[in-house]
Amino acid sequence: MNVAPGRGARIILAMLPFILIAIIYVIGSAERRAANPDDKLLPPISEMVETSKRLVAEPDRRSGDYVLWTDTTASLQRLALGLGIAALVGLTLGVAIGLLPVAGAGFGTLVAVLSMIPPMAVLPILFIIFGLGELSKVVLIIIGVTPMLVRDISLEVAAMPREQLIKAQTLGASTWQVAIRVVLPQIMPRLIKCLRLMIGPAFLFLISAEAIAADAGLGYRIFLVRRYLSMDVILPYVAWITLLAYLLDLALVLISRRAFPWAHEREAR
Amino acid sequence: MSTLSFRNVWVEYGDQVVLERINLEIDSGTFLSVVGPSGAGKSTLLQLILGQRRPTQGSVLLDGKPFPAEPGPDRGIVFQRYSVFPHLTVLGNVLLGYELAERAFTARLLGEPRRKAIEKSLALIEAVGLDQHRDKYPSALSGGMQQRLAIAQAIAKHPRVLLLDEPFGALDPGTRAQMHALIKPLWRDLKMTIVMVTHDIKEAFGLATRLIALDRVRHDPQAPERFGAMITYDLDLTRDSAVPVLGFTKAEAKSGHKTLERN
Repeated sequence: MNVAPGRGARIILAMLPFILIAIIYVIGSAERRAANPDDKLLPPISEMVETSKRLVAEPDRRSGDYVLWTDTTASLQRLALGLGIAALVGLTLGVAIGLLPVAGAGFGTLVAVLSMIPPMAVLPILFIIFGLGELSKVVLIIIGVTPMLVRDISLEVAAMPREQLIKAQTLGASTWQVAIRVVLPQIMPRLIKCLRLMIGPAFLFLISAEAIAADAGLGYRIFLVRRYLSMDVILPYVAWITLLAYLLDLALVLISRRAFPWAHEREAR
Repeated sequence: MSTLSFRNVWVEYGDQVVLERINLEIDSGTFLSVVGPSGAGKSTLLQLILGQRRPTQGSVLLDGKPFPAEPGPDRGIVFQRYSVFPHLTVLGNVLLGYELAERAFTARLLGEPRRKAIEKSLALIEAVGLDQHRDKYPSALSGGMQQRLAIAQAIAKHPRVLLLDEPFGALDPGTRAQMHALIKPLWRDLKMTIVMVTHDIKEAFGLATRLIALDRVRHDPQAPERFGAMITYDLDLTRDSAVPVLGFTKAEAKSGHKTLERN
């Protein structure tokens, strides 16, 4: 409990489980290949590297696209649009509901009910209304993520000390000014924290939507090659998605630290 | 002369009577301390002046006119905690008051007006002794420094009435003494009316020119909530006057004093 690792030891300790998993995989893969040279379930790493090279650097024979990059741009674009719009709506509605009793009375229950709708259940409706194009996938992410954001932000705003709002008013602030100069900047770190937590669900919705109807995208590719049991494509794709999500999370942390240093001063101590 | 008057004010929360029959005239430039046990409605009195709460009966008037029932820039406040904005630096906290007044939509100043506002803010920050810390965030300041900042922020708008809600309650005795040495000259220079709620009797007597005590004097054992707190003592603490107790005017108290001397 009182032994804290140093910086170097911390990195080694963090890497250790990953290395362990890799070793186990390599052994398992070799074992299965020894028993059956045509085994597809656990392709050796060399084979995955080979396939990845093809996906990254060689144009597809049919479409001429670099498959991984086409998929990644398509997916990230949907994800960014979805999360961005969700954040905007969540912030606006959340601040309004938390700050203005009238808005809280008007929308509070609605949001509470809406957040209980399973987003995947309305996916068919989205496909019917918005068609099979980009819009329905983006809307699915928005529908899945926004209610959570609204509820969390509104609760956080409502929990702000009353003293601050009163103090701002004694400094001459109107409701609008309280919202943009006192509430909004204080709520931004919380929004970023929420977005970090919602990266997982957002990917879930994205990949589900892509699996059902798309012509490009990370989820689309995985579900496409599933038919041929191409584990040598699926596994690198999963790793790539994980890496993307991790980097996104890291980027959000860095943005928050840089833009809102006051919110992180306590963490540093 | 800005006078704050309470005319037969009652405050009730549902069945509970908090304050009853409050009649009070506060002259401009008064430093009024409000003391009393917990639950005697001291903070409620402050909320009435702040406009955060309306009296159930009676009226609260500033210069003979009722004021809008929401907090506004003519009444500043320093709370015991949460008075400063954690997301703004010391300078930003003081600057905010000027920014809010001059730009209704963006609440941000640019260029020349900003420079002027910064100059004014820095003068205030220096007046409360925080010039070394102008770029720090409140979380990096001690409790005493945060309260200094809150005071600088509140007086930036030149409020006619400054309300202090147990402003030094969370500070250690040494820091508290420093704060006393700070607030008294500020009050004298700016000619504000100050209403301070405090638990510290010594502080109440030491700083104020007038002191009122709130307490529940009437009790009904069957319905303890039916009687509210009233003003039980109203003391004039200026140097050259006798101390009038409730019901005596200053003149009566003085003549009473003379008769005593004659005897």
